[in-house]
Amino acid sequence: MGRRYVGERVRRNEDRRLLTGHAMFVDDVQLPGMLHLAFVRSDHAHARIRGIDASAARARPGVAAVYTADDLGDYWQPGPLLVPPPPVEGLVFNEATQVPLARDKVRHVGEPVAMVVAESRYLAEDALADVLVDYEPLDAVVELEAALAPDAPLVHERFGTNVAAFVAQRHGDYERALERADVVVSRRFHYDRGAAAAMENRAVAARWDPQAEDLTVWDTTQAPIPIRNGLARMLGLLESQVRVVAPFVGGGFGPKIMMFYPEEVLVPWAAMRLGRPLKWTEDRHENFFATSQERGQVHDAEMALTRDGRILGIRDRFLHDTGAYDPYGLTIPINSQCTLLGPYDVPSYESEFRAVFTNKTIVTPVRGAGRQHGVFVMERLLDLAARELGLDPVEIRRRNYLGPELFPHNFDILYQDFAPLYYDSGNYLPAMETACRMIGYEDFREEQRRLRAEGRHVGVGIVSYIEGTGIGPYEGARVTVDPSGRVRVATGLGTQGQGHYTAFAQIVAETLDVEVERVHVVTGDTREFGWGTGTFASRGAVVAGSACHAAAVAVRGKVVAMAARLFGVDEEQVEVAGGRVGVRGFPERALTLGELARHANPLRGAVKPGTEPGLEATAYFGPDHGSTASGVHAVVVEVDPETAMVEILRYVVVHDCGRLINPLLVEGQVQGGVAHGIGNAFYEKLVYDDAGQLLNASFMDYLLPTAMDVPRVEMAHMETPAPMNPLGLKGVGEAGAIPAGAAFAQAVEDALPEYGLEIREIPLSPGQLFELLEAARATSPHLQEAAG
Amino acid sequence: MERASVTLPVDITVTVNGAPYARAVEPRLLLSDFLRHEIGLTGTHVGCEHGVCGACTVTLDGEAVRSCLMFAVQADGREVGTVEGLAPADGPLHPIQEAFRDAHGLQCGFCTPGFLMTLVPFLRDNPAPTEQEVREAISGNLCRCTGYQNIVEAVRLASERMSATP
Repeated sequence: MGRRYVGERVRRNEDRRLLTGHAMFVDDVQLPGMLHLAFVRSDHAHARIRGIDASAARARPGVAAVYTADDLGDYWQPGPLLVPPPPVEGLVFNEATQVPLARDKVRHVGEPVAMVVAESRYLAEDALADVLVDYEPLDAVVELEAALAPDAPLVHERFGTNVAAFVAQRHGDYERALERADVVVSRRFHYDRGAAAAMENRAVAARWDPQAEDLTVWDTTQAPIPIRNGLARMLGLLESQVRVVAPFVGGGFGPKIMMFYPEEVLVPWAAMRLGRPLKWTEDRHENFFATSQERGQVHDAEMALTRDGRILGIRDRFLHDTGAYDPYGLTIPINSQCTLLGPYDVPSYESEFRAVFTNKTIVTPVRGAGRQHGVFVMERLLDLAARELGLDPVEIRRRNYLGPELFPHNFDILYQDFAPLYYDSGNYLPAMETACRMIGYEDFREEQRRLRAEGRHVGVGIVSYIEGTGIGPYEGARVTVDPSGRVRVATGLGTQGQGHYTAFAQIVAETLDVEVERVHVVTGDTREFGWGTGTFASRGAVVAGSACHAAAVAVRGKVVAMAARLFGVDEEQVEVAGGRVGVRGFPERALTLGELARHANPLRGAVKPGTEPGLEATAYFGPDHGSTASGVHAVVVEVDPETAMVEILRYVVVHDCGRLINPLLVEGQVQGGVAHGIGNAFYEKLVYDDAGQLLNASFMDYLLPTAMDVPRVEMAHMETPAPMNPLGLKGVGEAGAIPAGAAFAQAVEDALPEYGLEIREIPLSPGQLFELLEAARATSPHLQEAAG
Repeated sequence: MERASVTLPVDITVTVNGAPYARAVEPRLLLSDFLRHEIGLTGTHVGCEHGVCGACTVTLDGEAVRSCLMFAVQADGREVGTVEGLAPADGPLHPIQEAFRDAHGLQCGFCTPGFLMTLVPFLRDNPAPTEQEVREAISGNLCRCTGYQNIVEAVRLASERMSATP
């Protein structure tokens, strides 16, 4: 084997296009005769539609068409259920998927009601005000507990309840654990909604070619192949007549895996109907209402422990906000349910949740996809138990980690991929020890006292997490040696900045021993590769990367076999190195891979029976189980008890995603995830009022962390290989975002020990922290004096 | 009548990356839309259209501005610089672009043109900034992918290289 690429800090192949402004994003698609779209969206969270008058809009110059639900005829159908509920006994699931245009009733602010097609976006937006919708406002369902009150208004009347789902899972005997427990810690925890806020809003463009009878759709999706399959079904076309292209996509973070958004259903349909290319690009304001969101849950959880801090069991009952519809099934709350167990040996577990319909934007996965809720509840329970037992937070974790001898580890509950929750490999205690060393945990108390004497309040937080990654069902890849000697890789994934063009190139370059710059990767174009599912659940590098590896190994086999025939030697004598193939020890008897590719595709002579022309292979990879990544985050914060401002002084991540393909890319994923997690912890909260109106729908009011807010992340990698795939890979896409809230909460409490704070709510804004501090002061006069 | 005044086309000439573009545009047309859709320079991206995210940043007579907060008619007779003007086609990248690549200062790349066009005048005026100055300079540009760390690193790298080669 020649040059190593897997594991190297390789610069990205895709960067030049992105840095020069030549990378194509969906809104860059501009076609002759193109029309533009704007949507009339509901101003009400919950209202009956008495009627719609679009006549003035239709008469406006420059308007090509206005469509309402009634104009769609049979094409009006609720969207597909993306993930059916898992086979859990006693499970209840009330399916209500989103509709293309609201008919009878609107169920959240921003739900599309009518679609205006015009010669320009400016003209389309002009016409929005001409569409008159007669609404009868209804009381809105906003808060989760209120949604379950007997007299609550109903989001979907046909169910007679706002319960979207009920799932109970258990392993072990929690009741027995309770009997044996020395200590039981029981609390309520809140996690609230945030926005994914990819910098690129969503966009869809479509062109119907009546001569070729095919439809091309450009879509900012994380799942171009399922979009193609669904559109073909809905439009009555063959899958091969529909090409979906997800070109460069400006950040995904989950919502772009949701399908089908109404716009994805409507734009291709209208393009076919009008016979002109169409484009819709979401603006930021729309994005706050029309793109899916996540994170509203309320947990009532308790942990039973022995006196020496060993977990005997956990019971958790929670409510999950699924928004107005539930097309993504139960992925998020099941992730919460399973991820709660974390890296710990938990002998008994009882968990049940109710998913609840509300008159708010649809909830589907956002980076972390329910995992942070589980981590937050578990880590907070451990902190509270440690406090009650007089144990150090690190010590209580140390006493409960699953030891390396317990892998693979099975829990008797089902994960989001419907397989039993399964940890393939892990090594948790060393990660904690490394994090302690990096953050200087041993010496921190002394430093804390010293700073405190100077009037500064600093605290440390240190938490663990696991992340189920790399789940099935499968991905595929085709690797082709081009006659030029360059190597082409096509895979069905969409890519949103993860570096697939480079990571997959590294895997293939190493296997075929060519330069990584000479491997050209194509992703997200169904015409290039038509089989696959999509980029989600931190699975791209693991599943598609393994497929790329398998395809490259097969091509290497063809290269060797063909060269052996050509040179009349045994395969063992063939050497593949530096983009050439030849006979070992005879440097003059060699060809470039490009020359061999031309030999493999002859114009005359015969391709032998049982062989194929070309140096090309397609392979698939489908793991039975995901692979379990893990890590520890440690943070040092300084809190000003007067202003309730929190400054992050240091942030340490020890991360284990199995074997690294490219540390540069992994570090980038983790750094970005941490920034997202910090936003979730302290800055970002979507605030809804009692009428279901979102009060902070702009970047002026909804605060994304800036370069002034996000600290430098100090990072260490551990590499516990995944046994489930040949390269030992685990996913990393969501890891950085998952434990930040829990670490942050512990650190803020630790900075202000005299306040005895209990942070049980995320996001924790400065305003909320201020209220907690005020409440503590109200009950402790000495704090008032200290603060005064 | 009010409406007619914003939609009645006006003749303008804007110099973009050194080349003049004469167009008749509606007075309400944003500079960002002019660049992207009238003259086809789609490297300038639009992320929020309310002046917060900075993705649409271009230079106007050499200074960084948000092209979503300006009308194209306001650029009449002036010089606009966009990301497409930073490096010649197939030629070497601008040192700031090169540093972004070397430091992995971009992931999805959507916000990147805005960062680059913010940094070009910044490093011209402050060739050897401190980390704090860099962070302040880019605090008007949002990035959801990188956590900013490698962008800050890229600016340090670019500043070193640019001061080494006068």
